[in-house]
Amino acid sequence: MTEEIIIAGFGGQGVLSMGKILAYSGVMQDKEVSWMPSYGPEMRGGTSNVTVIISDERISSPRINQFDTAIILNQQSMDKFLNTVKPGGLLIYDPNGITEHPTRKDINIYQVPASEEAAKIGIMKLFNMIVLGGFLKIKPIVKPEFIRKGLEKSLPERHHHLIPENEKAIETGKNILKPINVL
Amino acid sequence: MAKELKLMKGNEAIAESAIRAGVDGYFGYPITPQSEVLEHLMIENPVEKTGMVVLQAESETASINMVYAGAACGKKVMTSSSSPGISLMQEGLSYIAGAELPAVVVNVVRGGPGLGTIQPSQADYFQTTKGGGHGDYRLITLAPASVQEMYDFVQLAFDLAFKYRNPAIILSDGMIGQVMEKVVIDDYKPRWTDEYIAKTFPWAAVGKPASRNHNIITSLELDSAKQEQININIQKKYKVCEEKEVRYEMINCEDAEYLFVAYGSSARICQKTIELARAEGIKVGLFRPITLWPFPSKQLKEAAKNVKGILSVEMNAGQMIEDVKLATECRVKAEHFGRYGGMIPDPNEILVALKKQIM
Amino acid sequence: MTREEIIKPENLVYRRTPVLTDNIMHYCPGCGHGTIHRLIAEVIEEMGIQDKTIGISPVGCSVLAYNYFDVDFVEAAHGRAPACGTAIKRLNPDKYVFTYQGDGDLAAIGTAETIHACNRGENITMIFVNNAIYGMTGGQMAPTTLLGMKTATCPYGRTVEANGYPLKITELIAQLPGTYYVTRQAVFTPAHVRKCKKAIRQAFENQNLKKGVSFVEVVSNCNSNWKMTATKANQWLEENMLPFYPLGDLKTPEK
Repeated sequence: MTEEIIIAGFGGQGVLSMGKILAYSGVMQDKEVSWMPSYGPEMRGGTSNVTVIISDERISSPRINQFDTAIILNQQSMDKFLNTVKPGGLLIYDPNGITEHPTRKDINIYQVPASEEAAKIGIMKLFNMIVLGGFLKIKPIVKPEFIRKGLEKSLPERHHHLIPENEKAIETGKNILKPINVL
Repeated sequence: MAKELKLMKGNEAIAESAIRAGVDGYFGYPITPQSEVLEHLMIENPVEKTGMVVLQAESETASINMVYAGAACGKKVMTSSSSPGISLMQEGLSYIAGAELPAVVVNVVRGGPGLGTIQPSQADYFQTTKGGGHGDYRLITLAPASVQEMYDFVQLAFDLAFKYRNPAIILSDGMIGQVMEKVVIDDYKPRWTDEYIAKTFPWAAVGKPASRNHNIITSLELDSAKQEQININIQKKYKVCEEKEVRYEMINCEDAEYLFVAYGSSARICQKTIELARAEGIKVGLFRPITLWPFPSKQLKEAAKNVKGILSVEMNAGQMIEDVKLATECRVKAEHFGRYGGMIPDPNEILVALKKQIM
Repeated sequence: MTREEIIKPENLVYRRTPVLTDNIMHYCPGCGHGTIHRLIAEVIEEMGIQDKTIGISPVGCSVLAYNYFDVDFVEAAHGRAPACGTAIKRLNPDKYVFTYQGDGDLAAIGTAETIHACNRGENITMIFVNNAIYGMTGGQMAPTTLLGMKTATCPYGRTVEANGYPLKITELIAQLPGTYYVTRQAVFTPAHVRKCKKAIRQAFENQNLKKGVSFVEVVSNCNSNWKMTATKANQWLEENMLPFYPLGDLKTPEK
């Protein structure tokens, strides 16, 4: 099993930390992982993306140009990464702020209205965990108990009391995910 | 204690390894894409764990000279920077090599020339392996291709630096510096005691006891005949290093008809290209130099004996290709493929280049 | 009286300190460096810290200072002695660390290192020999060259328009909270030599307090490059250097 994922959105949406939690969970489940961020001025409020690879084998390149899964959180990222999803691959996106919805027919497309849901809960910081839940629903490559360990490892100890909330948000994400049929 | 497994950035691995390897001092200055080294050290506050000194200097010029002076005392000292900062350090590197001191420098390379970009590059190959500063000297150059190697090479670089009393440099880049991977980390090693240093390194400036003459750490010798002799001795040392310290890795080379030669990040990307190529039935392997100086010339010559062609894949405009051609004595077709200015080659375009330039 | 009868400890009125080596100094006759070296060496001997002292020599006339002190020494790149001193002291906090620098080294190429070591309050002693000229390279203009003074690179005299002002680096660093003791001394008369030695001793003893940099400027001469006899150079120093670089303490623990 090798899963090559791009997660892309605005800086501040928790793109990098979502990737880190996923990667750390992979480590806890004894997988090979790599987490390669975009870095530099991009990090400061502009667009931000991270490539996460989780595999049973030694990972060749941490930087790749085609992905099994793209998790897209703003329009710029949609423009940039839509065509990098391998045929038969997966695209998950939050429709909030998306003006041009994807129309590719050779990939599986899902929406996860995570911004809306996070606003309902009233904690915007849970946004990225809702998105992660959506992804794990389709591709349960890491088991829930290792996600918990990944959260423990990635979050500073002073935030550990928030782990149950994060886990709940992941469950929420699984429930609100909906397939999009491109006509 | 059992070995611990962590998910770390390459830059953090450098810092963590330094603390655990019993390094005495780190002196650095912030620069993208390697600021996490200094930041991680400051967060970990190793002075409380091992007594390791960490200082943010006023410039790279100051930090490399702090390293020079720390090394003069027989201490395990290091710095890290990225390309423009490493250019500023060339003075100090030349002095450290000239005074025959052990020190470790990490270059997390970014694209140049000038301020260039903060994205990954391998354009400092010439600077690192062919000189950089003034005078006849070499830097023992290690090129890590994973976060684990970033971690492991800190200790290795110190071992080599002290063995040859010469600066060793870890030549990384923005990709290996920024990527997070699994790392197996060791327990804390204690730092050397002052007594151990005084006994083991009789040349070190540690304060002169009545029992010996004063130690002078200098790279100055105004008598040319003596200066020549110093140079001859340094070159002899380099010959031994060239004989004994070559490191390299070969992947998928057993049946290879074509060879990629690549180090660091490029070597990782080439491995992806090999997956793609072999799926198409193209038998290509990878020769990865781990020491860039000393360059594994003999080993590459041997590996190239039965191949039809070599593609040297580098994130620069063609630097290591010169060493590849020298090593193979131009008996095999060898070409360069590179992206530069911070661009990272994509595995597919490397495959296209292989077909177009070599096959 | 025979020679043997004279050489007895009770007859000893002066001897060279053993902290200086037997090497013959390369300094020009009349130069202040020899005297300043001797004072530092005597202080090290009197404090009994020869085995705990690490010196740092600069680039300039005193580049070979390490040949004259019988203590462990590190030769710094041009201007970098304060960075070297910083590292050595931080890695060896129980050692006495001193830098020895000229005006070009400390106040031109090494200004950043000087100011930042002083501002960080490194617990080191800095000896700054100011003779207002580059000696070793043959008499070029220094940052401390006086207005109107002729050198190889301001042959018609230093002007503000062309070269800016002489830099009072000692006044500058005295403003920094990281300096603990800042003083300006000279060695052109026996009385000044005695005073200078007291200041150097103070500057070394201060290292025990861990309160920051102790900085001793010594206004000195360069008769060769000033193109004067040694006697004339000392007179010129008194008449021209001292009005611009007045002697005395700029900062003491009491002040």
